[in-house]
Amino acid sequence: MSNVTLKVNGRNHTVNIEPSTPLLYILRNDLDLQGPRFGCGLGQCGACTVIIDGVATRSCVTPTSNVKGEITTLEGISKDGKLHPLQQAWIDEQVPACGFCQNGQIMTAKALLDKNPKPTDAQIRDGMARTLCRCMTYYRIQAAIKRVATGKVGA
Amino acid sequence: MSIQRRDFLKQSGMLIVSFSAAGTAALSAAGQAGQAAQASQAAGLYPDLDFRKLDSWIVIHENNTATFYVGKTDCGQGTGTAFRQMMADELDIAYDKTTCVMGSTDVTVDQGGSGGSDAIQTDGLPMRRVAAEARRVLLEMASARFNTPVDQLAVSAAVITVKSNPAQRVTYGELIGGKTFNVALTGNNVDAAAGVAKMKAVQDLKIVGQSPQRYDIPAKVDGSLKWAVDVKLPGMVHARNVKPPFAGAKLMSIDESSVRSLPGFVKVVSKGNYVAVVCEREEQAINAARQLKVNWEKPATAPFPASEELFKFMRAANPTGGGNPALVGNPDAAFASAAKVIEAEYDVPYQGHTAIGPAHAMADPSNGQMTIYTNDMKSYGMRNGVADFLGMPRDKVRVVWMEGPQAYGRTAADDAGFEAAYIAKEIGRPVRVQWMRNEETAWDTKGPAFTFKMRGALDASGNLAAFDYNAQAADYNHLGYNEPNTVLIAQLMGSRPTRPAPGSAGGPNEMYAIANRKTASQVVSLPLIYETPLRTGNLRDPNGPQITFASESFIDELAAAANADPVAFRMKLLTASTADDTGFKRARSIAVVKAAVEKFGWDTRPSPQAKSRTTGNILTGRGMAYTYRSQTVVAEIAEVEVNRQTGHVWVKRLVCAHDCGLVINPEGLRRTIENGMLHSLSRALYEEVQFDTEKVTSVDWVTHPTLTHTDTPAQIDVVIVNGDPNPKRPDLPQYGAGETMHKPLMAAVANAIFDATGVRLRRVPFRDARVLAALKTAGV
Repeated sequence: MSNVTLKVNGRNHTVNIEPSTPLLYILRNDLDLQGPRFGCGLGQCGACTVIIDGVATRSCVTPTSNVKGEITTLEGISKDGKLHPLQQAWIDEQVPACGFCQNGQIMTAKALLDKNPKPTDAQIRDGMARTLCRCMTYYRIQAAIKRVATGKVGA
Repeated sequence: MSIQRRDFLKQSGMLIVSFSAAGTAALSAAGQAGQAAQASQAAGLYPDLDFRKLDSWIVIHENNTATFYVGKTDCGQGTGTAFRQMMADELDIAYDKTTCVMGSTDVTVDQGGSGGSDAIQTDGLPMRRVAAEARRVLLEMASARFNTPVDQLAVSAAVITVKSNPAQRVTYGELIGGKTFNVALTGNNVDAAAGVAKMKAVQDLKIVGQSPQRYDIPAKVDGSLKWAVDVKLPGMVHARNVKPPFAGAKLMSIDESSVRSLPGFVKVVSKGNYVAVVCEREEQAINAARQLKVNWEKPATAPFPASEELFKFMRAANPTGGGNPALVGNPDAAFASAAKVIEAEYDVPYQGHTAIGPAHAMADPSNGQMTIYTNDMKSYGMRNGVADFLGMPRDKVRVVWMEGPQAYGRTAADDAGFEAAYIAKEIGRPVRVQWMRNEETAWDTKGPAFTFKMRGALDASGNLAAFDYNAQAADYNHLGYNEPNTVLIAQLMGSRPTRPAPGSAGGPNEMYAIANRKTASQVVSLPLIYETPLRTGNLRDPNGPQITFASESFIDELAAAANADPVAFRMKLLTASTADDTGFKRARSIAVVKAAVEKFGWDTRPSPQAKSRTTGNILTGRGMAYTYRSQTVVAEIAEVEVNRQTGHVWVKRLVCAHDCGLVINPEGLRRTIENGMLHSLSRALYEEVQFDTEKVTSVDWVTHPTLTHTDTPAQIDVVIVNGDPNPKRPDLPQYGAGETMHKPLMAAVANAIFDATGVRLRRVPFRDARVLAALKTAGV
């Protein structure tokens, strides 16, 4: 066990942990962040996605000691009580079914749009391809991303 | 909150509870459950709520809002929003002045949780009736207050006024806010719960038929919702299972010294073949479960054939039981005189529920009671099952339902809740159990594998004269709902029911008028019956997708053999009779087929597509399938692109025409239909549980692939149909809509692939390699 300092959603946290512990468990159990979720523990489904220095990262297979940059979780993307446009688009489009995977969908979409604000349909499909949803809300997820890309949020 | 709720229900007419939090409309039911989950349970029994009391269902608050308490759970289809719409409408209160609490056993009546798409169809009716009764009682109270007959009163948005003098007004909150109704209801069972008041006519419903946004979604997209996975309690520990590495393995010994010195180690809990490791921290429990040395003995005989041999095994197996075939007319004679006899065999493998998040639960054993925080869709069944399993009185067991990853039937037999409760009782601390991905994919409940053999007789005019249907399902030891002797932990501990539940195979659901029919179905068993990862359970529309894949593919084969358009061939079968049932399924079936065809722009011609039109590597085609479930009828059309170089199938467009009677929330319904079709598309294209002769080898998203964003159709059209012969009747029924759309899609896709390529795929799933091999064999 040793002290590790993480910058998450703009705040520094120091936790006393086994440093090889996957970041997901530290975020969920030590920092009480519940956006990122355990889905597979294998980096295959994306439910645990956080953004580290702009990169969508699977926290379930990321050793905490490897994390050097600032971490953003689902809780950290709204600003001043105002939802991120993607979150609003998710509501406008009524995307979630059970909603369990939607953390990964939103965070992966955010990293995608941050790099490429006007993706084509094919780029959306490719960029989201490895983020799984077992309620199969893909059709509405893609529609919500297109809303943001075309500035139609809140419409 | 639940303590307040219990105290509230104990009172009689006195103002005793402020409901400061619950009275605000902004607070979601899930949020309330989350608040309840933040503290250890208080001492005190958990008696059942009485469904014959109005107060068990509805609370009116002083601020003129209402909370509805219903015994259902939401599997991600927005049923909670629909409940609020129905009850608000009957009560005459604005939708946004209501909240809905669902599924926790100590605060809501037992309506069975979720299952069978009965939330709207069956359970929605007592909800509507009790809300209508509350409105009637409130009108009576206002009548007494104003000394004015009820028929001289008007009610709107929870305010009652005297018609002749609208200045005389009183709100529901002023009449009864924070107090109990003390009104008895009638009914032999919860589904029959009713008061004196009648439900409104359909024409008088104002909120039903609108599409308010789902109240649970905002907290699901901003990360604020407390899910069952998020529950934390003081003193809690984490447990992970150690599953048998071979199906049917016997535990010989455990070397606890292999983990005793690991950080955070608390205990190894084991009985029979069940093993779990408990640690202080989650990652410690995961590590310890991996490190624990357990000596297992393989079973003397193979538990099952390898998945490549499964269908051969099933065809040769003796049925475990089953009656005589159902006969209509004289099929033997019809086959003997047929102009053409068509035969085909179909196979559907085991398919998993494979929820995006694995099984999980938290159990709190404090005060000699047991509270389980779970996403179990049948929370009431879990309460009863856990009480029996642990030998505890029912009124000391409570199940708090919270949101969770859904898998459309998986949590009807929720293993993790039983495991958490067992371990919590053993060690006397709150325990959180969560399965790992390989456990969930290998060991969750499965939809049974099916083999089919079909024969059809065409007469000289190409009419279907006889249909001989034969199905076998590997559905022996089908799991019940949270039964204390069939959940996995109980099986591993050696518990056995008196006899295995034989499950079912079943026949097709359609309204085709076929003069001569033979329908036979049997259940077969694999060698290992208990403690098997191939245990079957209710997977969305249990058996329907398998049966409908075979039967609606075969109807398409018959249409092709008759050189008939697939829609025209079906319409002929639908219109060959005028006999209809009380739900008008024939008329409504015809209406959905017509609506789907119109929306798609169907080109009438036989399948397959003319060869001259199939140039290049991408072959396109369209296929349709039709079915019903209960009283909900559906017709679906798929348009596919098949890549003949890779074998890859992309379903480019889907159309669904859907009639479930009275629609509560059209936008919610559309999404449920879209998602349910894509879930079936995933089963059609990818899903298959594979195994060798020792264990399941499908253990993650690589070895058990699922539909992805890349596969999403470019366009999905949902047509909501009301095909009732009297569409404006005031008692238009409301039918379930959670599963019917899931049922015909595999057949629609297979039929479209046939249309595109001339190749008939009779084996699910249509993964690239299988499609490519079939195309090559056919020289396409």
